[in-house]
This record gives sequence, C-alpha cells and structure tokens, in this order.
Amino acid sequence: MRSVAETTVILDDDVHQASMEAHKRLMEQIVRTGDRAAFKALFVYFGPRIKALMIKAGAEQAVADDLVQDVMMTLWSKAHLYRPDRGAVSTWVYTIARNARIDRLRRRSSQPYDDLDDVELASEEADAEACTLASQQSEGVAIAVADLPEDQRQIIECAFVQDLSQSEIAAKLSLPLGTVKSRMRLAYSKLKRRLEVYQ
Amino acid sequence: MTVRHHLDKNTLMRFASGDLDDAFSVVVASHLAMCEECRNELRMAEDIGGSLIESEEPAELAPGALERIMSSIDVAEAPLQRRESLARDVFADVPLPLRRYVGNRLDEIAWKTAAPGVKRKRIEVDGSSSLYLLHIGPNKVVPEHGHGGAEMTLILSGSYQDALGRFQPGDIADLDEHIEHQPRVEPDAPCICLVATETQTRFKGFFSRLLQPLVGI
Repeated sequence: MRSVAETTVILDDDVHQASMEAHKRLMEQIVRTGDRAAFKALFVYFGPRIKALMIKAGAEQAVADDLVQDVMMTLWSKAHLYRPDRGAVSTWVYTIARNARIDRLRRRSSQPYDDLDDVELASEEADAEACTLASQQSEGVAIAVADLPEDQRQIIECAFVQDLSQSEIAAKLSLPLGTVKSRMRLAYSKLKRRLEVYQ
Repeated sequence: MTVRHHLDKNTLMRFASGDLDDAFSVVVASHLAMCEECRNELRMAEDIGGSLIESEEPAELAPGALERIMSSIDVAEAPLQRRESLARDVFADVPLPLRRYVGNRLDEIAWKTAAPGVKRKRIEVDGSSSLYLLHIGPNKVVPEHGHGGAEMTLILSGSYQDALGRFQPGDIADLDEHIEHQPRVEPDAPCICLVATETQTRFKGFFSRLLQPLVGI
C-alpha cells in the first residue's frame, strides 16, 4: 500500500487521498488489535457525518443519534469484513448507514445486501494493487461527483442522501419520472467514463 | 459464467442508494451474486455514497454519544473473528441471497403446478411487489406482451430467447413498463427463473399474465 500520509503537497486531492489512507490504517488497527483509540478516531470523524446524513433522510434527532450508534457499532463488530480492495472506508460506512436506513427508516429488509457481502467474503484476499486501485476509484468518484452538472448532481443527492424514491424525486423537482431515470443513467455513465483512466 | 444481460444502470443506482423494495432487492442481489461485472459497477455506485458522506457538514451529536459508543464496544464481542461464510456449500446452485427463502438446491424446491408446463414457488416478502420462482417447460412460448409495471427476471437454469436475445443463467431481464417481448423457452431443458413484479393487482406482466388465468396471483 502507498504511504501517502507523509506527503507535503497540499492540493485538495492529496489531502483527501491522505485521509482515505489514514482511515484504512485505522481499520487495520481495529482488526489487528481491537484498537479502541483507532475506533474513537473513526467515530469522531464519521459519527457527525452519519448523523447529518440521517437527518437529511428525514430522521428525528433522537433516531439519528441512535442510528449513529448502530452504524458505528456495526463498524466495530464487522471490522474484519471491511475489504480495502472494495473501496474507501467512507464507502463501507455509507453501505452500513444505507442498510441501517433501510431497516429503521424504510422498515424493509437489508438482508439481501448482507448476503451479497457474503459472496464477496468467499472470494480471495485482497492484494496491494487491488487496494490501491480501489482507493483511486473512490477518489475519482468523489472528484467526478463534485463535477457533475447541477441537474444530475441534484438527483444523486436526492437518492443517496435524502433517501427519496424516484417518484418522490420526480414530485419534488416537478419532473416526469422518465427524466429522473434518464438523468440518473446519465450521471452514472459520466462517472464511469471519468473512471476509465484507472482501468 | 458469461453473463450477457446486465442490470439497467438506473436499477443499479437505486440498489446502491437503497431504493428497491424487498422483492426487487432479492432479484438484484441474486444477479449481483452471479455477475462480477455488475458487482464492480455496484462498488462504483456505492463510492458515490461514500463521497457524499465525506462531504456532509458534520452534525452535532447528542451529549455523551462518544461515551455511549465506547461503553457499547467494551461489552461487545471482540471484532476479530472471521464470520463463517454461508457460501461454502459446493453443491448449491441457488444464488446466496435467495437461499434463506428456498434452500440451497434448485432440484429440492417444492414446486406447485400453476399452468400446463408451468410450475411455481411463491416467495413471501414484505411490500406490495411479488416474488416467485418459475419452472417453465421446454419450447413454451408466451404471447407478445408489454408490462403493466416493472418486471425483473433472473435466469437460474436453462434458457429462453426473445427479441432482446438469448437469456442464460445469470442473465437478467430488467424491463421497464414499456418494453414488449415474447420469450420462448429453448428446447433442450426447462427454464428456471426468479421473477419480481411490481403491480400485484393488475396482471400485465409477462409471467403474471402467464399464470393469471389459473392461479390468479
């Protein structure tokens, strides 16, 4: 794995990349030694962001606080399931938060997502190159999302952050459902094209 | 397995953001379990969520939140053991996300005859969409039709052909309400597929229509 944290260059991308690598190292420490200080550092960073996400998804303050506890508890107890070759720690945290949102806010089942994780578990261990590629992809997506045209970025934000269904997005933005779907597809292919440099 | 028919990108984004109901989530997760290409695409879509959580303005946590989580992890099990993977049954031919509903083996499914040449296994899930497995006999053709709502079909065994091409195990027909098709099961073997349909009350989907006269799902 690259040691990026030492870099003295202070471009935004490098700072972001450095924090991504730092988060991965904290996860390693949790898995290796059950390091509480490492967990605390991740809680201090992600806890308030998870709460912000839940509030935007429509949770009351108290529910959002409970969800922060649930998500971070899952991060602790399933730390060994985090795969650095599958993306940044923030991506993994997002999937845990999304699953908690499905169970608690939408009152549906996140079981299919957990089962799918099991499929990945059965596959082989990550090598260093795959981890680096995954970091680059997470980084590339972050830059590309920020660069999306406003109409596409707005739809992504409604779905991934505000947890609106497609018909709710259509109603909120006064758009036909078909337009919501096509903007979603457009956003996806823009991101995908942007990432081709890493493949 | 060479998968030729993949998820619609809009479906992939909905799955990544948690917007599909239980029936469709099971079908999509089952396809993903069979399709590495779509799993890679899902990771990219989930990276979107990761980048958005990073750029959130941090909210103020309730007083004592840090003490609360630190004492919870003290009483929790140490995070070191690897979970025993469910994926270890080498004879299993049911995709993992479907196993908790129908078991590990397609040849052990308790089918019920639904129409001549068609057997069905209904799968109970929450929500208004329906989820079921179908076992359709060789050469069976279904009249051309469009869809009343979204319908998603994942092939688990055998194959069928329609205007969109040949569908084999792992392939998914992720169809919007407007697409018309006329599948024909290929002659050599029955086709077993997993189907989710959106509108339970209006029988316009292909497989729902196939079954409607006899079973009225």
